[in-house]
Amino acid sequence: MPNPAQPTPGASTPRSTASLGRKARVVASFVLGSLGLLTIAGQVFLPGRSVPDKEGVVDPALASDNEPKKVHEIRIRKRVAVLSVDTGARHANGDPIRILCSSCHATTRPRIETRGAAELDEFHQGLTYRHGDLTCLSCHDATNYDRLRRADGGGISFADVMELCGQCHGPQSRDYRNGSHGGMTGHWDLTRGPRERNNCVDCHDPHAPQYPLVMPVFAPRHDRGRHPASTTATDNLRPVSHE
Amino acid sequence: MSDAMNQDVTPPTGATTRRTALKAVGATLGAAAFAQALAPLTEWTPNLSVAEFLQKHYRELTREQMAEILTRLENEARERYGAEVSIEDVPPADGVQFAYALNLSICIGCRKCAEACHRENNHDRSTQQSYIRVLEMEKGSIDLEKGTADYDHPVPQKDKFYMPVQCQQCDRPPCVSVCPVEATWKEKDGIVVVDYNWCIGCRYCEAACPYHARRFNWSRPQIPKEEVNPVQAYLSNRIRPQGVMEKCTFCLHRTRNGRLPACLEACPTGARVFGNLLDPKSEIRWVLENKRVFVLKEELGTRPRFYYFFDE
Ligand code: HEC
Ligand code: HEC
Ligand code: HEC
Ligand code: HEC
Repeated sequence: MPNPAQPTPGASTPRSTASLGRKARVVASFVLGSLGLLTIAGQVFLPGRSVPDKEGVVDPALASDNEPKKVHEIRIRKRVAVLSVDTGARHANGDPIRILCSSCHATTRPRIETRGAAELDEFHQGLTYRHGDLTCLSCHDATNYDRLRRADGGGISFADVMELCGQCHGPQSRDYRNGSHGGMTGHWDLTRGPRERNNCVDCHDPHAPQYPLVMPVFAPRHDRGRHPASTTATDNLRPVSHE
Repeated sequence: MSDAMNQDVTPPTGATTRRTALKAVGATLGAAAFAQALAPLTEWTPNLSVAEFLQKHYRELTREQMAEILTRLENEARERYGAEVSIEDVPPADGVQFAYALNLSICIGCRKCAEACHRENNHDRSTQQSYIRVLEMEKGSIDLEKGTADYDHPVPQKDKFYMPVQCQQCDRPPCVSVCPVEATWKEKDGIVVVDYNWCIGCRYCEAACPYHARRFNWSRPQIPKEEVNPVQAYLSNRIRPQGVMEKCTFCLHRTRNGRLPACLEACPTGARVFGNLLDPKSEIRWVLENKRVFVLKEELGTRPRFYYFFDE
């Protein structure tokens, strides 16, 4: 037996009530119902599933079918290509004097075994470092400290740091390329607009890549009636240190 | 009757008589009347205009009628909220079937998505409403009834994982089939929508949803005018009236214009993947083809369009 609440496609709906508004229909059904005229109320006030799509609406996908679609770009957030260190001294105009990594490292002998911040006693003290059991020079190019290490030689610009990560983190880099790691903003439909993507090091500090612990924002009020600490917990996530 | 939108037409019966009529004749009424009777806020809102009262079903409206309604709603937003908004009626496109996937190995439970949803979709400020609940779950179980949403400690905890839950845009949506007035339906791009002008607030759909994804507007949303998101659509984030149901629409006011949903953009961890299932080169297709995805409460046969996965 067909469900009276779901008229079969094409079942006619009495015009007199079909074109009334929703609230009007409910009221109309009271009136009719109270007169005992309605046995299957559903057929009267339900518009039916066969109602066609709205007239005159131009489908954007169809409209643009003939013209070649312009595909917008995917931009990955840039990193600087050249790193430098603040010497603490200042130029005459007050600007800090910064020097390239190679200023020192061109003359020092690379210490290939250094693998932790604790081993740094002459310089770079205070560096937070926890990245597997890697030595510094598994990432920094021992032949040129102004760039990163390419496994097969040649070096990688600091700007292309994601290539460095990709050398050891194949699965995450593949996922990233396919949009399921690293997030994005902008358009899913590149024919409608561009997309921006994070760099690996926007989320993972290369020296301590573990994603930070954070305090959650926006405690729900409707669940369990727990009140959040403040009504506008909208600031940036508050990082908390691990352990 | 095609001019039923005429402003001069008076409702068939007066608002005050509705409840008395109900009591007297309830037994002979159809499903919609029962639903209306059970709706928690059955008083006519004083602000309900004649035009709204007589508005036709969304799918029966002509372009001109819709244009009139949108102008009226924009004016209402100005009067009630002091906000200049633009409300669009954006249709689904051919060749587009939306789906969403969420990487549970990445999500840390920070609730940024829930917050972004709250703002994007013009939710009531005082109740901190959002279409997304983030559940903290014991590792090893995906029983969402066991998750807790009100955790308040640094995340992620080692023995836990985090599962945001919102409308699953089911292909067999139980919420749609229980609606006695067809105020909610599935659009051809897969999004389940609600016509807030048609909904009678009976909350059958809320009860029918196995994912607790529908919300009821117990009061008219309160939003300071400078916080109102002015980019709105009729079927999504326009400010809802009191007494109607609401739900996640995959931000159709954004996504039908090619943009990503607000919750995805807000995710600081990149756990969310959204796109067009019909595009073989899309990110969502890649996930479905290369990750072991699962859906929530598959045994219910609801066929969600929202997938979850873990990295191996
Ligand atoms: C002022 C001189 C100076 C500058 C400038 C400098 N370094 Fe160093 N760096 C040192 C010294 C000295 C050590 C050895 C520290 C130790 O072992 O106690 C060192 C150690 C290192 C190491 C560990 C491996 C090794 O060869 O000892 C790396 C990697 C490194 N530096 C990278 C950089 C990078 C990248 C920059 C540019 C951003 C830079 N350094 C700039 C002086 C410098
Ligand atoms: C996993 C790869 C990797 C390892 C291992 C690594 N670095 Fe780096 N390091 C980088 C990258 C990438 C940058 C550039 C970061 C940026 O673009 O801001 C950098 C920047 C630096 C800098 C300049 C910026 C800063 O943070 O002060 C110094 C100095 C440095 N590294 C020293 C070291 C030392 C010393 C070690 C070993 C204890 C080390 N690095 C280990 C990848 C690495
Ligand atoms: C030379 C190889 C190598 C390079 C280059 C490298 N990593 Fe790693 N990374 C490792 C190893 C080894 C581990 C530790 C894996 C483990 O503990 O199981 C690791 C761990 C990680 C982790 C997990 C950390 C945690 O504690 O949860 C992240 C995130 C990460 N790396 C990101 C990066 C990023 C981003 C880059 C590029 C800046 C990068 N890695 C470059 C080898 C590398
Ligand atoms: C939007 C932020 C974001 C970006 C961008 C990002 N990641 Fe991640 N990544 C995460 C989060 C979040 C996790 C999970 C951390 C957790 O659960 O504690 C993660 C996990 C990882 C892990 C550890 C996986 C494991 O099993 O422990 C690696 C390795 C990693 N990412 C590498 C990368 C590389 C390489 C890139 C660039 C191609 C990248 N990530 C870009 C957020 C990011």
